[in-house]
Amino acid sequence: MRTENTTTAAATAEAPTLLIRGGRPYGEDVQDLLLEGGEIRAVGTDLEAPAGAEVIDAEGCIVLPGLVDLHTHLREPGGEEAETVETGTRAAARGGFTAVHAMANTTPVADTAGVVEQVARRGDVAGWCAVRPVGAVTVGLAGERLAELDAMAGSRARVRVFSDDGKCVHDPVLMRRALEYVKSFDGVIAQHAQDPRLTEGAQMHEGVVSAELGLAGWPAVAEESIIARDVLLAHHVGSRLHVCHLSTAGSVDIIRWAKQRGIAVTAEVTPHHLLLTDEKVRQFDAVYKVNPPLRTAEDVAAVREGLADGTIDIVATDHAPHPRDAKDREWDQAAMGMTGLETALSVVQSTMVDEGRLTWRDVARVLSEKPAEIGRDEDQGRPLAPGSPATVLVWDPRPVRIADPGEHASRSRNSPVAGLELPGANRLTVLAGRPTVRDGAIVEHP
Amino acid sequence: MRHFISIADLDRAAAIDVLATAEHMAETQSRSIRKLPTLVGSTVVNLFFEDSTRTRISFEAAAKRLSADVINFSAKGSSVSKGESLKDTALTLQAMGADAVVVRSGSAGAAHLLAHAGWIDQPIVNAGDGAHEHPTQAMLDAFTLRRHLRPGDSAAGLDGLHVVIVGDVLHSRVARSNVLLLTLLGARVTLVAPPALVPVGAGAWPCEISYDLDEALASGPDAVMMLRVQRERMVGGGFFPTAGEYSRRYGLTIDRAAVLPEHAIVLHPGPMNRGFEIAGDVADSPRSVIVEQVASGVFVRMAVLYHLLATDAREAPREN
Repeated sequence: MRTENTTTAAATAEAPTLLIRGGRPYGEDVQDLLLEGGEIRAVGTDLEAPAGAEVIDAEGCIVLPGLVDLHTHLREPGGEEAETVETGTRAAARGGFTAVHAMANTTPVADTAGVVEQVARRGDVAGWCAVRPVGAVTVGLAGERLAELDAMAGSRARVRVFSDDGKCVHDPVLMRRALEYVKSFDGVIAQHAQDPRLTEGAQMHEGVVSAELGLAGWPAVAEESIIARDVLLAHHVGSRLHVCHLSTAGSVDIIRWAKQRGIAVTAEVTPHHLLLTDEKVRQFDAVYKVNPPLRTAEDVAAVREGLADGTIDIVATDHAPHPRDAKDREWDQAAMGMTGLETALSVVQSTMVDEGRLTWRDVARVLSEKPAEIGRDEDQGRPLAPGSPATVLVWDPRPVRIADPGEHASRSRNSPVAGLELPGANRLTVLAGRPTVRDGAIVEHP
Repeated sequence: MRHFISIADLDRAAAIDVLATAEHMAETQSRSIRKLPTLVGSTVVNLFFEDSTRTRISFEAAAKRLSADVINFSAKGSSVSKGESLKDTALTLQAMGADAVVVRSGSAGAAHLLAHAGWIDQPIVNAGDGAHEHPTQAMLDAFTLRRHLRPGDSAAGLDGLHVVIVGDVLHSRVARSNVLLLTLLGARVTLVAPPALVPVGAGAWPCEISYDLDEALASGPDAVMMLRVQRERMVGGGFFPTAGEYSRRYGLTIDRAAVLPEHAIVLHPGPMNRGFEIAGDVADSPRSVIVEQVASGVFVRMAVLYHLLATDAREAPREN
């Protein structure tokens, strides 16, 4: 059932020898890293550069395992106007990611082995990062009957994460069956927690701002009630559950409660929910329209705290590119979603590291190791130690820049951090020994 | 004033300024020749994405009495119904040389978007955007309240007055604009509605909220404003069990109106559901100023267009 990852195979053959000198792995003591033959060959102080090795000056930089995004919309097939596997993975590489999990809500939906294999193959060809397709839980994301999950798991795409993301698996029986079914191949259901009846026509977080603006509200309880139900279901059937883009203080409390009881639940938060609040909606600029919606300052504080104390396991981007026409509209007619791949680590640095809530070792955990573990990506999120794949990010935390979506590699420009000052720069990203990004720019294939 | 989008953009002085201009416009309308030359050569576009004959003809009358040319651009039967976007429509109007655009839309924020998205440079007047705001309606309500309750003083606010606003607050742009404007002018506002028709988050508004109409009326308000129950928005929502139950609890019946102080007036933005939120006999009673509100609407809209478009008004701008 296992097949060679062709990205890795192709890259290994052409992997140059790189000596990353003077950086700080995990933001800790200065150590050099020698990358050779697609692997980390040595880690230590004052390593000798072998003949022919390129020496990268990483003084002052942080060295991390390549970032892994568990929640990316690459839009291909069907949404190529917004993004393709090629442009989306270039965006990912620029953000320091070496793997993305491509969500299933494409056209056609990734609910068969054929579609997930096509997406995986596109990723191999693009080669900017590993592409792990997410399979749909239900046929056509319709929430009515299970898709052939085992066929997707057993396909060349080796799907382990299943999600109807964009839609909630709201039928409790169907959710229970899905949780049970994926146990046989170590899969996980990633739930988009949104009670559909409580959010009919919903446009933004329901609270003080929605009351004032007269926009239909998306109440926190619509997320929290589904999460509460799902952790109880996961407990009941002994399955693992992943909660997508958790956004409210109440959700953090429920996950904390579930973990205290030993329930196998993991949760993600997006960069935008760590940074922005529903006050942004007052501008009626649909770049701030997203699902789940931007919440209140109290919610932002709670998700930051939850990420800091480990209640929330990972940061995932929910990178959701949209063409300009889908956003240049009246708020209630505009599409939901924001890009995030190219600014995620800057936002995490700004909101979590620079504010003393996370160490860089924690960042490695929440943006690489743990998402790789949840998604069962064997070649990602590995220790920065000899024998691991040479899949690393060299991040310079010092530069501060104004975010400009015009510079992004993504095909879409709907970045919610446009115009904000953000820290950090991608000095070097290496995927299985091959540099994909140098000084923020894509390294084109030879 | 560059645009007229939201009461939240106004300060008290600017609001009173508009009311004073509206008084002046009202005086001119009692003369034998009612048409003023103020906006000769200007073109005002009424861009209506929602049906609203009353508001549209009120703006049309206001613009015409100021001698502006008026183009009515209705979404029905136009390129909009063929899927043309607000953006393309705005670009078209810009190219055609509109001098001001009055926009009515079912989408909250549509007027704000037109004013700020960079598609069109002209002044924008919000004639109602979703459930967000209907600022000229609030101005005409304030104008009407002032004429009856603070007569003869064109610099007066509504200080010390108590206004009760009753009904479907959740879906009402009229209620939102009025809460902002009437409190800005010094009035005390009480909203009365069944709980499901009060927005979550309305606790932050500068007004009181009550679920009990009889109690609110017994407190002796100076005015009662009945909101239209937007029954078309209630489908499947279960906001209240039946029209009958709503009417019994929240309808302004003859008996309820009889509790009001002698001087208290009754308003309704129209169109009314007679016999539902307001009894026909109350709507037609001497304390009802509902028909007068329609006349006030023209004066207020003349004043707004004057402030946005008239050269002498723009040369002496009052920045908000």
